[in-house]
Amino acid sequence: MNHRLPPADGEVLDRTKALTFTWNGKKLEGFEGDTITSALMANGHHIIGRSMKYHRPRGVLTADFWDPNTTVQVGDEPNVRASHRKLEAGMQVVAQNVWPSLSFDIKAANGLVGRFLTAGFYYKTFMKPAALWPRYEHVLAKFAPGGEVDLDTPHGRYDKRFAHPDVVVAGGGPAGLSAAIAAAEAGSSVMLVEHEHHVGGHLLWGTEEDRARVADLTAAALAAGVEILTNSTVTGRYEDNWIAILQRNHPGVVERLIKARAKTLVVAAGTIERPYVFEGNDLPGVMTSGAVRRLITMYGVKPGKQAVVFSANESGEAAIDDLRRAGVSIARVVDALTGERIVSTKGSKKRVKEVLLEDGAKIKCDLVVTAVGWTTPTSLLNMAGDRPVYDADAARFFPSGAPDNVLATGGMVGDGSLDDLIEHGRVTGELAAGRAAVVRHRLQVATARAETVDEAEPGYLADERTPLDRWPHPELFRASTHGIVDYSEDVSSKDLYSAAAEGFDSVELIKRFTTATMGPSQGKLETVNTVAVLAQARGDSIGDVGTTVWRPPYAPISLGALAGRINEPTRLSVIQPWHEANGATPILAGQWVRPDHYGDPLSEVRNTRENVGIIDVTPLGKLDLQGPDVANLLSLLYTNKWMQLPIGSVRYGIMCAEDGVVLDDGVTARLDEEHYLMTTTSSGAARIWSWIEMWLQTERPEWQVHVTPVTTGLTSINIAGPKSRALLGRLTDIDLDNEAFPYMRVRQGLIAGIEQCIAWRIGFTGELSYEIHVPSGHGLAVWERLLAEGADLGVKPFGLEAQRIMRLEKGHFIVGQDTDGLSKAPVTGLDPLLKFDKDDWAGLPEVRWSLESGDHPVIVACQPDDRSIVPEEAAQILRSGTTEIVGRITSSRMSPTLERSICLAQVSKEFADAGTSLEVLLVDGRRITATVIEHHAHFDPEGERLRG
Amino acid sequence: MLLVPCPNCGPRNAADLSYNGESRPRPDPQTCSPEEWRTYLYLRDNPSGWLVESWYCSSGCRKHFTIERHTLTGELRTPILPGSKPGATKGSTK
Repeated sequence: MNHRLPPADGEVLDRTKALTFTWNGKKLEGFEGDTITSALMANGHHIIGRSMKYHRPRGVLTADFWDPNTTVQVGDEPNVRASHRKLEAGMQVVAQNVWPSLSFDIKAANGLVGRFLTAGFYYKTFMKPAALWPRYEHVLAKFAPGGEVDLDTPHGRYDKRFAHPDVVVAGGGPAGLSAAIAAAEAGSSVMLVEHEHHVGGHLLWGTEEDRARVADLTAAALAAGVEILTNSTVTGRYEDNWIAILQRNHPGVVERLIKARAKTLVVAAGTIERPYVFEGNDLPGVMTSGAVRRLITMYGVKPGKQAVVFSANESGEAAIDDLRRAGVSIARVVDALTGERIVSTKGSKKRVKEVLLEDGAKIKCDLVVTAVGWTTPTSLLNMAGDRPVYDADAARFFPSGAPDNVLATGGMVGDGSLDDLIEHGRVTGELAAGRAAVVRHRLQVATARAETVDEAEPGYLADERTPLDRWPHPELFRASTHGIVDYSEDVSSKDLYSAAAEGFDSVELIKRFTTATMGPSQGKLETVNTVAVLAQARGDSIGDVGTTVWRPPYAPISLGALAGRINEPTRLSVIQPWHEANGATPILAGQWVRPDHYGDPLSEVRNTRENVGIIDVTPLGKLDLQGPDVANLLSLLYTNKWMQLPIGSVRYGIMCAEDGVVLDDGVTARLDEEHYLMTTTSSGAARIWSWIEMWLQTERPEWQVHVTPVTTGLTSINIAGPKSRALLGRLTDIDLDNEAFPYMRVRQGLIAGIEQCIAWRIGFTGELSYEIHVPSGHGLAVWERLLAEGADLGVKPFGLEAQRIMRLEKGHFIVGQDTDGLSKAPVTGLDPLLKFDKDDWAGLPEVRWSLESGDHPVIVACQPDDRSIVPEEAAQILRSGTTEIVGRITSSRMSPTLERSICLAQVSKEFADAGTSLEVLLVDGRRITATVIEHHAHFDPEGERLRG
Repeated sequence: MLLVPCPNCGPRNAADLSYNGESRPRPDPQTCSPEEWRTYLYLRDNPSGWLVESWYCSSGCRKHFTIERHTLTGELRTPILPGSKPGATKGSTK
């Protein structure tokens, strides 16, 4: 650690804890508290990475979160910010964007052919001829920036938290700390969010007294009950102060996203030091004054041996003191305030060697420090609607005004002594707390339940803060030479000039064309320089050019944090444990885990057709409807008639949306005078419940209908097959005689000793079948009784696949499978169910017009002429010998009953007549023929089996 | 995320509710022309300013209601349950 300074006040290192890590395979040592960058620099490694386009060697620029030059790979994690990430023992750190090695990078040759990679490179290069694009892509992929993604990386855990603080303070510098304390002392619950590892802001690399103030403020904040989140970033401010906070140091998770609904947001983001644009400004050894101050004071790193300091402000002055204290000799102070300027630097491949000044002096050095001014990171204020305004005297942008519940303080709104900043923060905190109290009171009033809120609303506080001063600062953006503006995107001022010359002369256009400000630094270092260079190129003022709109996120956020934990619920029937214990292969159908089959779906079909099978159909949506107006409701939502449905009967119906498209289908039973049980498709259960509520609440509020979803309250079992009557007869007191209980009727009674069960006869599978609905607490017992009592009848369970085959043999369509989002009701071919003599039903006009026009496709059953071929579902149906698509196969299977392939298809009407030959394009490119058959049903078209 | 004042539940995250868009009357399905019906289905005024729209408190009380929203500022006012009067409901926090 030859570049490590002796221990000193202010350092955040624990020198008793040495940590071993590797850098490109080489073993090195750092201390607890080091960042990866500071540990590397302490070991004399000052090239941390290579730039993304030209592969130029890069070293530290800002030595903080925003450093664009120090992105590395750590183990299997790419794109780690080495100047922010704390060193850990055993880290395997590898440079990114290098090949074959960091010190010798072949792609650095890009620098020589840089003119081919200029502005708009992405839009202009490799476009023609188009046929060569696959080759271009292959080569370009090797040059793509970023680390290596390891596809076998174990998924880290991410989490989310919901918070409801009165006040969120973004930024833990002196003003932010002071605002948090004042707000908390005024009675607010306060979250203080600091994106670095320690609160204190610029005081951390200041004087001993500065750090004593930090300690005092921190102690006061904790005593006042402020929740301090470090290494966390407020990434966005959304409507009504919905604040997204990314927390990177929560134990047990990689990252945590905090969704905070704040009553007031205080933005105290401080200022960010701007780099200076000049030739060679990205050579290793060129850095900001803040970088050297942080490296020396916080991390005990000596950043060079001989420095040239270009200074326009007090930060530069302080850096000179720090450098002297660290034993760095000062070769020259270039005083910007007296008009001195640097022009360019020269360097070796590895480091800056010489600076050229405007007065012609050439000075040898290995460190160039710039202190040329500040950028105000107004992002969060922009997100609240603020449009920052440029102040030429202070050479930076200032906020112009945000909503009442967003307040700014600290360096972003002006300059002042430490006491001035702390006082401004204090008054801001009190104002934030006062306004939060008003919102809190209104929330209590708006959500009060049993108790009413007695106190009067607190008075609204006007903003009477005394504004901070604005100190004059020279406008310093670019030297007389061209240099890098956006380090992470490798965009130079020359690129911006040529883009402006090509007509991309608005700040929003030039950003998109050159990608300047679009890299991982999110414009924090680049935006103002981009604006300034564009202003120069246009011969305009910065104020006239304006700035880009800063959108969320403030800092990049990982997709893992946005996703959070996987909380997707799955739903299970009470019989599911039995299915699992009996070899069921599960399938996820919507949210439901269901048995697809128990080993052999084809034999399940055969057994059901020959003997009797049972299937767990609990996921079927079920709605209990009661009240005098249920028949009116059914009549309004189904296309067919319901007013005369007798008690004890079941009817099938189709529902349409208002655009006439088939929304759902199912059967509904009338159990009693004013009591019905509706079934919906499994996936439609929740949607149809909401659909019914919408009609009842908005269009027919006078109707009396009570809707109760009972999908999981009832376990539903379909008993199907020629022996189903014999099986159910052994378990029930319901008279199952075909005269007493015919097809499409419903009965209630005792089943397997359980009272109040419902049974109805329907025929989805095409067999004689009874669908029973039993209270779900008894569902598993009834299932097991059916299997035990029917052993001699050959009863076997069947799964979803067998049911799908049997319904396809019967030609029953499935909503969403055989229909789609364009299929209006006439597509089903069930014209007798469309009743136009009713006054009204959902979708009526569209269905009528569709039927009248007659140009809709229809569902048909078709039979491939080669009966051994099963066309893929969604296979196209073409006009013979052409590529004109006239339909598609919607369902297809090999029928074990008929021992041939069977299909349903949607085809244009001209292809719908029985006997029409269809040309079907298979996925492998073959064209086969299929013939439309007379009925939808391939099997038992007369329905004798289900009525028997 | 907007804080939507459900007249029944009070202010809730917009994600707790379903947005049903601009509120518009349903034409008489027996007499309307295709133009009228399709205007009802698809066309929205999308004004820059105050807009009456329908929301459904899908994760709360499951009530449908209308509310006025300012499309520029996101401000919400006068939530009304169908059939009730404005002012009888709880207000917003602004």
